[in-house]
Parts: sequence; structure tokens; C-alpha cells
Amino acid sequence: MSVPVTDLLRILPELVLAVFGTLIVLVEPFLRRTQKSLTGYIALIGALLALLSTLAPAMYPGPAFNGLVLVDGFSIFFHFLLLMITTLTIVASFRYLEREGLPQGEFYALLLFATIGMGLMASGNELVLVFLGLETVSIATYVLVGFRRTEVRSNEAAMKYFLLGSFATAFMLYGIALLFGATGTTFLPDIARQLAEGGGMRTLALMGMGLLFVGLGFKLALVPFQAWVPDVYEGAPTPVTAFLSAGPKAAVLAAFLRIFFTALEPLSGSWVWVIWATAILTMCIGNLGALMQDNIKRMLAYSSIAHAGYILIAFAAHSELGIAAVLFYLVAYALMKLGAFSIVSHVSAGEAHQSIDDYAGLHARHPLLAACLTVFLLSLIGIPLTGGFFGKLYIFTAGIDANLMGLVIVGVVNSALSAAYYLRVVKVMYMSEPQGNLAVVPVPASLVFVLTLTVLGTIGLGVFPSPILQFAQQSVLPLP
Amino acid sequence: MVPTWHYLALAAALFTVGVIGVLTRRNIIIIFMSLELILNAVNINLIAFARHWGSVDGHIFAIFIITVAAAEAAVGLGILIAFFRNRDTVNADEIDLLKW
Repeated sequence: MSVPVTDLLRILPELVLAVFGTLIVLVEPFLRRTQKSLTGYIALIGALLALLSTLAPAMYPGPAFNGLVLVDGFSIFFHFLLLMITTLTIVASFRYLEREGLPQGEFYALLLFATIGMGLMASGNELVLVFLGLETVSIATYVLVGFRRTEVRSNEAAMKYFLLGSFATAFMLYGIALLFGATGTTFLPDIARQLAEGGGMRTLALMGMGLLFVGLGFKLALVPFQAWVPDVYEGAPTPVTAFLSAGPKAAVLAAFLRIFFTALEPLSGSWVWVIWATAILTMCIGNLGALMQDNIKRMLAYSSIAHAGYILIAFAAHSELGIAAVLFYLVAYALMKLGAFSIVSHVSAGEAHQSIDDYAGLHARHPLLAACLTVFLLSLIGIPLTGGFFGKLYIFTAGIDANLMGLVIVGVVNSALSAAYYLRVVKVMYMSEPQGNLAVVPVPASLVFVLTLTVLGTIGLGVFPSPILQFAQQSVLPLP
Repeated sequence: MVPTWHYLALAAALFTVGVIGVLTRRNIIIIFMSLELILNAVNINLIAFARHWGSVDGHIFAIFIITVAAAEAAVGLGILIAFFRNRDTVNADEIDLLKW
């Protein structure tokens, strides 16, 4: 049995990443201690080539491997987004790994393997493949979170992430098994057909859907499944935190959207209100949690919970407008979170200085870093002229369009509330005197590169949102 | 012939035992074992449904789950060993440095 060439073209980005990930593992043992940073450049080339090779599936959209993989605008959009996230994470990790003396080859290889999983989740059209993609991401990120293995906090974060993550996976699997039992298939369009025709066992399908929601909600850090997020984000190496908050989140959301908007669409009457309630809880708990934090990584972790809540507003809108809003928001969100965490990883050298007070007088020490962090924080609030503003605007528009006034009002109030803790950091940076003797570490070229791209992207999306918005609108999932 | 719902009841019982184990046991190794129980409950479900529908998909899925569970257990035990080296404990209640 031979595999058609078009099938391979449709998973070309994943193939490229697999080749480069394996290459890194093979090359790394033969490098001298001083040459290990070479693996970073190999990973960078791999990620960029994968980004380029996304054009291949973009030119030949369609199903591959008997319908396991479905390449459409939606999956192409996510491939561009996810590969951008991986590329920026690789560059942001260059100096971090050298400074912390962490093994480099394994780090980059795991990052690339995680990206393969994320790509498969974005284009998976069948529950087994989505599960395999999710596990590829999860297992790679379990290791990445515990990467500072002599550091107790990193161990703890990895342990918690592993225990809760695999518990969530088990729930999700039970849900998938019940869905399979209810419909006799694991292909998303076939499940939808079965459920629409009233075939299959409806109660079983509803139970399966509930368990699937619990599993995916865990990975997406929705309330009440968010307890692991602050601990894991705090204990993980900061570039990994940046990656976690942007990449796997986007990929899980892609799978979430595809499963619920294609396979479980016939049951939408039963899940829309669940999303509605979860959105309110997630926004409120995320923002209230963030208000009480003194550690900047934990603060950003709670803020990412709150942002998942905003995204759910557009999800609950249950419209093509809503999906486009989610896609646009994810791009803006990834840029600002990656940027903010890169600055945190530079300032809190050695993971020691994570308190918000350590940012006192950052303006005097590093005027440009302080300015960049201010841009990201303003964008996270949703101030005009930043990507975060248009992201929220489109989400709220989609909400109003779907008559979800209550949800939108809660969202707006929460955005206003969130200004309090973001502006606190800005105030500390500009108004307070520097305290202690934090050394002024020059900013390495790799960080300059990441910050330039993320700042330009954040402001660019705030001034010219239309190209990305149009791309997002062309990439929505077709709703019946 | 044993009816399908017998297998489902067995799987549901295993699942419940596993969930209770994860939630109440404090030894991380036992928590790992409880997780494996849940995964095996899923496997029994899949095989039972595969026979019910006369399709081979469930068998293939079960094999994938066994493989992934092995990989997951390897990583989990690795993390546990790293944790044990630094803290000298396998008690989940002592994972307490990071909070609030």
C-alpha cells in the first residue's frame, strides 16, 4: 500500500518538524559542550522551513489519509499561528538556556515535537488523531515544564502538571469512548451525521460530550479546571511558560472548536449554555485571582485564565463571526503573551526575581524594556492602538451579534477590572524607585529580535487589523 | 453471549475506582496506578463498543491508548524520580511549595 503524494504534502509541516527534531537529537551528542547552541539554530531553521512548507497544504487543501487529516483554511491559519509561536519561543530561549546551563538539544527537540502535536490537533478530523496530537503536546510539555530538574519548584510544577494533565486526558478518553459507543465512529463528520439523524444513543453521546468538555477544559484552563495554571506557569522555565500560554492553548482551542462545531453541532442546544456559564466563571475567577498576585508570572498566569474566558464569549456566540473573532484574538494574544513573558525571563534572571516589586524603576534601568512591557500590558487590557483592543472589540461584537448581552457586559466589566493589576506593574516600573541591587544586564540580540517582532505585531494589529482579520474571516469553519 | 452492558458496567466500576483513587490517595505511585485503571476502563469500553458495532476502530484505538499510556508512565515516573531526588518524598501532600 503506497501513500499518495498529496497526502504527504498535506502534512508537510509536521514531516519537516519531525525530521529536524530527530536531526537535533542525533546531532547533539557529537557536539562539544561549547557548540551545543548550534542545536538552537537547527531548530530555528526547522521551524522556519515548516512555516514555509505550510504553503504546500495551503495550495492543496482537502482530506488526507482517508479523512483522518482535513486541511482547510482553519487548519492553515492555525499552522501559521502555531509555527510563529514556536519560532519566537526558540529564539527567546537562546540566551535563557545558556544562562541557566540547561541541556539545549533536548529542549529544542521537545519543542519541535510538541509543535507536531499541535499541528495535528489543528488539522485532525478524527478523535483518535486529535487524542494523539494532544498527547504528543502534553508529554513533551510535561518534560519541558520540569526542565530545570535540580530545581524543586520546577519539579513540583511538572508533577502537578503531569498528575492533573493525565487525569484530564483520562476523562477525555472516557468521553471519546462513550461518543464512539453512541455513534459507532470516531470521524467528526460521521459523528455529526449520526447525531443529526437521531441515530445512536443520545444519552450516551451527551455523557461523552460532558467528559470531553471536562478534558479539553482542563487543558484550556477553564474554571473550574484552572487550579494547575498558576503553579505550573510559576514553576516552569519562563520561555516554556510563554510557549504554554500561547501554543498548546491555541491548539487545544482549535480542536475544541472543530469537535464542537462539526461533530457535536447537532447537540449544540445542550452545550451552548455550558460554554456561556463557563465563560462568566472563567473571566471573573481569572481576574480576581490576578488582582491578588505579587508574583508577576502568577499574575500573568491568572490573566491568561481570564483571557480564555473572553475567548469563550466568541465561542458561545456560535457563529462564523465568533470563530473569526477567536482566530484574530489568538494571534493578538499570542504576540502579547510571548512578548511579556520574554521580558519576564530576562528581568528575573535565574528565576529569582519574579516579584512585581522587582520591576520597580525598570524605567530607569532599561527604558526600552519598560516601554515594551507597557505596550504588552496595555494590549492585554485592550487599550486602543494595540492588537488586544481589536481582539476584544471583535469578540464583543460577535457576542452582541448573537444576542449575548449579559455575557458581553460581564466581559467589559472584567476588562475594566483587569486594568487595575496590569497598570499596577506599569506604575511600579515608572513611578517607584529601583530597590536592591538588580544588575543591569544588557539585552541580548535574540531578545531584541523577539521583542521587535512582538511589539511591531501588537501595535501593527492595533493600527492595521484588516489583513489578519480578513485572513481570519476566510479561515472560519463552515457552519451548517 | 455476554451482553454489551455488562462490559460497560465493569468499565464504569473501574473508572469510579480509578477516580476515587486519584482523588483520595496521597502516594503518587498509587495515583499513577489509579490513572492506569481509568485508562484500562476506557479500553474495556472501546473493545465492548467495537464488538457492539462490529467495527475494528475501537481495537485500534485501544492499542494506541496502551502505547500512549506507556509513554506517559515513563515520563511521569521520570518526573517523580527528579522530584524524589530533591524532596525525598512521594507524598502528594508535600508538593506544596507553589501555592496561591
